[in-house]
Amino acid sequence: MTTLHDAPPVAGRRPGPEPGGRGRRGRGIVRGAAAYAALTVVTALVLVPFGWMVSSSLKRDNEVLTIPIQWIPDELRWSNFVDIWERIPLLTYLGNSAFLAVAITLLQVLSGSFAAYGFSKVRFPGRDGLFVAYIATIAVPWQAYMVPQYIMMQRAELTNTYWSIILLQAFGAFGVFLMRQYYMSIPDDLCEAARIDGLSEYGIYWRIMLPLSKPALASLALLTFVNTWNDYMGPFIYLTSNELWTVQLGLRSFVGQYEAEYAMIMAGAVLSVLPIVVIFLLGQRYFIRGIATSGLKG
Amino acid sequence: MADVMTQPARPAPKAPPRRTRAWRDILVGWSFILPNFLGFALFTLIPMLAAFALAFLDWDSYSTPEWVGLKNFQRMLGDENFHVALGNTLYYAAGHIPLTLVAALGLALVLDRKLRGMAFFRTAAFFPYVTSLVAVAIVWNMLFNPTAGPVNQVLGALGVDAPPRWVASTDWAMPAVIVTSVWRDMGYYMVLYLAGLQTIPKEYYEAATVDGAGAWQRFWSITLPSLRPTTFFVLVMLTIQSFKVLDLIVVMTEGGPGRSTKVLAQLVYEQGIREGRFGYSSAIALVLFLIVLTATLIQFRLNERRNG
Repeated sequence: MTTLHDAPPVAGRRPGPEPGGRGRRGRGIVRGAAAYAALTVVTALVLVPFGWMVSSSLKRDNEVLTIPIQWIPDELRWSNFVDIWERIPLLTYLGNSAFLAVAITLLQVLSGSFAAYGFSKVRFPGRDGLFVAYIATIAVPWQAYMVPQYIMMQRAELTNTYWSIILLQAFGAFGVFLMRQYYMSIPDDLCEAARIDGLSEYGIYWRIMLPLSKPALASLALLTFVNTWNDYMGPFIYLTSNELWTVQLGLRSFVGQYEAEYAMIMAGAVLSVLPIVVIFLLGQRYFIRGIATSGLKG
Repeated sequence: MADVMTQPARPAPKAPPRRTRAWRDILVGWSFILPNFLGFALFTLIPMLAAFALAFLDWDSYSTPEWVGLKNFQRMLGDENFHVALGNTLYYAAGHIPLTLVAALGLALVLDRKLRGMAFFRTAAFFPYVTSLVAVAIVWNMLFNPTAGPVNQVLGALGVDAPPRWVASTDWAMPAVIVTSVWRDMGYYMVLYLAGLQTIPKEYYEAATVDGAGAWQRFWSITLPSLRPTTFFVLVMLTIQSFKVLDLIVVMTEGGPGRSTKVLAQLVYEQGIREGRFGYSSAIALVLFLIVLTATLIQFRLNERRNG
């Protein structure tokens, strides 16, 4: 099982059983058991909806909403996971989602880290003011300027193309902010030494900063990928042709059309979540770190 | 790498004159920033500034823009849809902010232990946050099914005679949306609280225990006050997030039944993008932004006062 290494252990923080008390050891075991019981109950409550989703995806449509609840289907209908591919063009949707997520992630990571180098390691007048402008925009809800963005895209005739989504999402201030936070923690002496050795600024960025900032790059890449994969409003506003739809749009439209095909809907939902599960479990360390950095040092 | 660091610093050959160097720095600095800045300025900064201007224009998709001052805002005062959406947004925020905060803090306290397998529990608690909204909304809509949904079956088993009809009723649709959003978001804020808990020195707890403080007392007089910076940050984030809620509503209820879950950001979308009322929708968006800004500023002031 992969783990959340990043939350450091908290050994000895919590007062253990009172020293000198009777039955010290026995109480420790009881406490441990009680803690596990509490943890299991809490986690089960959090995960119940996922359990329901997976269980329902393996049922017949008329077995999903039954009284009483049936957690484990009588017969596992794996065929749902075969039929769904023909029911809706799921492969196209998944491919579209993957294309958008990869394109936006690449652009965001490259342009974000590149700009972050300028903001953290090159001194020039106006730099810090400009950075404040970047940060300020993070606090403005996107919903407040989605209409002007839409008007721009409409005038440029880019609606119903991937360009609209890629251009709007690939140059966010968040990536610059996250990378700059990390670069600030790398000592300037390192860059100075490389300068003296004759490396150009671009060389320092490429050969020193990028390799050193792999954890931050991973955080940014994962957060961007998952956000783009899960995004609903962007594709919902801009993509009208079915063949351009992402998996989120395709799934939502399937639910709208075939409301009663519960099991099939759930199979689609499971398949749409699966890539994120894999990515999250592989890279959750960076994921959590990205959130903790962007959150607490802001 | 290593030899870069260990080599003694020697003077750079032929240091360029200062003026040239300053110019060079400007050029080099901008060359790094420019690729991102072009996209950022064009697709974020300009639309953001345009949104302010648009709010004072009478401009529909078919008409020519015309400066009308505050007319859009006057129109808002008499627009019942706006009143309903504003009320619903406040309702959502009033539920989502405190419940998510308490749930996140509770999760963090339960999960802040050094036990074998802890990582698994933390991962599980965080997982809803990375799941797509569409999957979340689909699953919860079924869980909330009024007749045979698991939620109401559990309520029935607990002795509730007439359980709410949730997303099928105008009164209970918003609570259903709030429950779903709390479930989804609590893991994110839990991560922030876990990080906050790490910063409390263990000596505080040891000293308090020696002084005979119980678990509850330790929580009130050590944990909670020490977490204040985290709580402040969580509150600000939650406020911003709550007032701009959009995608969850669009996917889960589409603002219905009736307009019982219609929120401000959705009104902006409907008026601006679907109906093409660019001016009026931008005015609503500006109000939305001002509400978020005011709420954030008030929190900053309160926080300063408490610290000062």
